[in-house]
Amino acid sequence: MQPIIRVSNLSKTYAGGFQALKNVDLEIHKGEIFGLLGPNGAGKTTLINIVCGIVTITSGTVTVAGYDIVADYRETRSRIGLVPQELPTETFETPFNVCRLSRGLFGKPEDPEYIEKVLRSLSLWDRKDEKIMLLSGGMKRRVLISKALAHEPDILFLDEPTAGVDVELRQDMWNVVQSLRESGVTVILTTHYIEEAEQLADRVGVINNGEIILVQEKTRLMQELGKKELVLQLSESLASVPAQLAEYKLELNDSGMELTYHYDTKQERTGITALLAALHDAGIKFNDLSTSQTSLEEIFVGLVNKGT
Amino acid sequence: MNFYAIKAIYRTEMARMMRTIVQSIVAPVLSTTLYFVIFGAAIGSQIKEIDGVAYGAFIVPGLIMLAIMTESISNSSFAIYFPKFTGTIFELLSAPVSFVEVVLGYVGAAASKSIVIGLIILGTASFFIDLEIAHPVIMLLFLVLISVSFSLFGFILGIWADGWEKLTIVPVLVIMPLTFLGGTFYSISMLPPAWQTVSLFNPVVYLISGFRWAFYENADVAIGLSLGMVLGFLFLCLFAVHWIFKTGYKLRS
Repeated sequence: MQPIIRVSNLSKTYAGGFQALKNVDLEIHKGEIFGLLGPNGAGKTTLINIVCGIVTITSGTVTVAGYDIVADYRETRSRIGLVPQELPTETFETPFNVCRLSRGLFGKPEDPEYIEKVLRSLSLWDRKDEKIMLLSGGMKRRVLISKALAHEPDILFLDEPTAGVDVELRQDMWNVVQSLRESGVTVILTTHYIEEAEQLADRVGVINNGEIILVQEKTRLMQELGKKELVLQLSESLASVPAQLAEYKLELNDSGMELTYHYDTKQERTGITALLAALHDAGIKFNDLSTSQTSLEEIFVGLVNKGT
Repeated sequence: MNFYAIKAIYRTEMARMMRTIVQSIVAPVLSTTLYFVIFGAAIGSQIKEIDGVAYGAFIVPGLIMLAIMTESISNSSFAIYFPKFTGTIFELLSAPVSFVEVVLGYVGAAASKSIVIGLIILGTASFFIDLEIAHPVIMLLFLVLISVSFSLFGFILGIWADGWEKLTIVPVLVIMPLTFLGGTFYSISMLPPAWQTVSLFNPVVYLISGFRWAFYENADVAIGLSLGMVLGFLFLCLFAVHWIFKTGYKLRS
């Protein structure tokens, strides 16, 4: 399948000499939600801004739906909607009017019904004629999303969409992203809230210091790199882990009341049954146990640290 | 060509003018009218005719020119500077538009505003002063060309400026002195010969002279030269805007 976005050997050096991207290759599939993860200053926003035409290319090529973003910029840009990281809004305008402007700018004939649909889906219809300066931060972000959707784009870039947004609104936004995907829109999401990528993304790319470190399906990434751990809350504190349990490489916390066992979900035998039997034999009793899986965040921190 | 974009920009800009009608139309019309009342009707009656034209009538073309030049510059420089300042310019930069659509939208709206202001001032002046327009078509041509070229100039200024101060420096420190010294209130021929030569280096002299010629058929420089200067300035500005969008100067990093 032809990727909807193909980034080939892309480099960007800013006027000051800072190299923000180094020979980046990346393909985004049509209809997927792609999570681009990376710490601050990794090059996420530069990459997005290049695809959208805001930042110029130093070397390399980018195509969108088969069109080159420089030579055929009208074809590529009309397919893209961008929600930027900051909240730049037309202070004195109204949500309805800015959406109408956005739609026109991206070359679409007027369609008030469509704009109404977008504003309703983002719970902005009741405020459509209010000055944007009077809206809350969360609402301003929704205005930016509705502007980006006003021209019915095939591709939507969300640059840190939920930075500084409360939990409820974050959930609403995730719902919007899911419904966009269902309608066939390709969504590229940058975030450093790993939870967001974990919830939403089909594939995840990790970028650090201007280089793509890894691109993988999220579930596979978590399977391959994911470790599980079993935590046992003991009834009585232990001074140290008994010698006969050494093979399980248990960790005892400082209070001596908690034992942690790491195991690999991919292995045929997790060793849990044997461990529990060995604990019984050693006379160690426990009140409670819990298991947890390494989150994408921990995987990500591991990857980034390895790269530096 | 993205016609929907031109329409969208133009309409948004015109709506902004209507929202701020006191500032964008009433204020320049009122301040120019005060000039008519004071220099035309009150003091003007004490001043003798210049080149056979009553003083009150003589200053009308220069005052209209002053108003449309300052309004064109401030309208279009603000129109592009404000999105740069707030950051909303990202949308314009990521839109499928070339410099042609952007210029037609923003500069078209700013120039339209100036033309409307120029015509209102002209109408108002006729209440206080006996006006005659010898060449109405050429008068309109000058009005349109100067509105468009100074709106383009303002647009360039708005892109160049990286602070509010820079935005006001050029209109206040360059355009206003050049206009006052460019023959708004006097004929260049009234100056000592040395200053006449100096004045010919002031481009605004050619604009005011040409515009005044359309009214009273008297001019400091030949009408053809005036028209040539306006067109030259217009093409210079167009070339600069084209270059700005081609290279992304002060717009794209």
